[in-house]
Amino acid sequence: MSHLAIAPILLPLLAGVILLLLRPLGLGVRRGVSLAAVLALLVVALTLLNAVRDGQYLVYALGNWPAPFGIVLVADRLAAWMVLITALLALCVLLYANRGADSAGRHFHVLFQLQLFGLNGAFLTGDLFNLFVFFEILLLASYGLLLHGGGRLRTRAGLHFVVINLAGSTLFLFAVGTLYGVLGTLNMADLAQKITHVAPEHLGLVHASGLLLFGVFALKAAVLPLHLWLPAAYANTSAPVAALFAIMTKVGAYSILRVDTLIFGAQAGASARLIGEWLLPLALITLTVGMLCVVASTALRQQVSYLVVASVGSLLIAFSLGSSAGIAAGLYYLPHTTFATAAFFLLADSITVRRGEYMDRFEPKAVLPDRQLLGGLFFVAAVLVAGLPPLSGFLGKFLTLRATLEHPAMPWIMSVILVTSLLGMIAMARSGSILFYRSQPAAAGQRAPLMELSRELLPMTGLLLLCLGLVIWAGPAHEFAHAAAGQLLQPQNYIQAVLGPVPGGTP
Amino acid sequence: MEALLALIIGVLTACGVYLALRGRTFPVVLGLTLLSYAVNLFLFVMGRLTIGRPPVITANASDYADPLPQALVLTAIVISFAMTAFVIMLALKARAELGNDHVDGGPAE
Repeated sequence: MSHLAIAPILLPLLAGVILLLLRPLGLGVRRGVSLAAVLALLVVALTLLNAVRDGQYLVYALGNWPAPFGIVLVADRLAAWMVLITALLALCVLLYANRGADSAGRHFHVLFQLQLFGLNGAFLTGDLFNLFVFFEILLLASYGLLLHGGGRLRTRAGLHFVVINLAGSTLFLFAVGTLYGVLGTLNMADLAQKITHVAPEHLGLVHASGLLLFGVFALKAAVLPLHLWLPAAYANTSAPVAALFAIMTKVGAYSILRVDTLIFGAQAGASARLIGEWLLPLALITLTVGMLCVVASTALRQQVSYLVVASVGSLLIAFSLGSSAGIAAGLYYLPHTTFATAAFFLLADSITVRRGEYMDRFEPKAVLPDRQLLGGLFFVAAVLVAGLPPLSGFLGKFLTLRATLEHPAMPWIMSVILVTSLLGMIAMARSGSILFYRSQPAAAGQRAPLMELSRELLPMTGLLLLCLGLVIWAGPAHEFAHAAAGQLLQPQNYIQAVLGPVPGGTP
Repeated sequence: MEALLALIIGVLTACGVYLALRGRTFPVVLGLTLLSYAVNLFLFVMGRLTIGRPPVITANASDYADPLPQALVLTAIVISFAMTAFVIMLALKARAELGNDHVDGGPAE
């Protein structure tokens, strides 16, 4: 049994523990160790992606207990894709945090590694209760990161974030308990198999717990009307943390996709497409309201937070189509939106710092120092999030629109996506012109030294270049996304890989 | 016995939800604690109520008590314990920084 599948989980955990022990050695050493751990994680993620590229499932039975009795980790194309996106994002965010944001509190690097531990675990686990445990790990680390540095607004937003997530965890446990009570298992592959022959009198219970699960994941993904915690939390935390949290809503979206295709997929008999029915309308509303809030925002970081909400809407629209083209479009859009919003959060921080007391509010002020460079980056980021050609946002939207052509709700989806794209463009043009053009005549402030500036702008440029990479290698990326979608829509292969050949069943 | 337990879980959940919707942090923390008690009990009884049965299958045992929910509930207790401790500390921090114990940070500024 290869240990590759557990490596992305163990590596950040070990790094976190080592960082905790290295505390007396000073910040420089910890920065180095943290960076080395993330680089190693990137290598592991690439190896994992290469190992599962041909459609193989890497199943890792913890303690060598065979499924469904023990907990299994399952690495398929989707899981490896998510782990790679997390590693790339973490690298850029860590480079930005190492400039000084990590010194505001004591254990930034430890929490950062534990956050990666929780994220990778959630992507790789094949057990529903284990998913709950990894959710708790990533949440507890995120509470620490969110409050990192302190401050009044941050504490208040943090309290809301913690309380609503605790309520969500309780609901998750209720759903898991009900599923176990009816089906007698929590292994996802085993659940997928047992759900096909549920006694009719228990169907209601299974459906209730399935929808409860959907509710919990929707809370994590910030789907309307469960999005209210997000803007305050993301807008008030420190920039690297907000950028890292760009992947947090995607964990919810990933869980929805996994449960929807594996457990409540087309083969689930009476429970088929249980979640899918709810997903499309909610996703459309999320995108619409999210983008309206983007237009109505009064400050840049608030605007980017609402862009995260809107991007979850676009992502879930693609997933809710249920076809392999739709899911592939979503999987192509997912890294794009993660990197673009993360870059935007970092950029917003750079702009905020330079605007002094005006912070990131949309009010005209004296000319910004370094405005050419920052403005250029803002323009690229705005083109990305508004989905204009030639960058990856456009390709993601185009793939989604192409996938909707055969869908019965095509007019609704088309009009919502196109109108919200227009709204996004207007909002970006407005905020960009207020921040960079409508400045009062005054001498620009002190420009940062070139060395300092390049260190500051490197991480966000890296994130934007990753999006550019998604355009240049759009062919292979989309091909991979398509293969991953095809794999997701064949859950019997997943079940067979985890549980072994089904006796008497045909593959 | 089942009805009694179901009733207890229901009352705990109802009280938890009511308290969690209050405006001050202390009742909210209590409400979350009651909710976690309710869900722990719920997980526990999901293995069905069996008395006097072995937890491990042996050759001559006809019936057994399901040990898995006990493991699940142990994990859930540990996690909810840690979370409660964290949220109490956070509530105290919010009380100190915001100057009052309202969840929303007090009357409109």
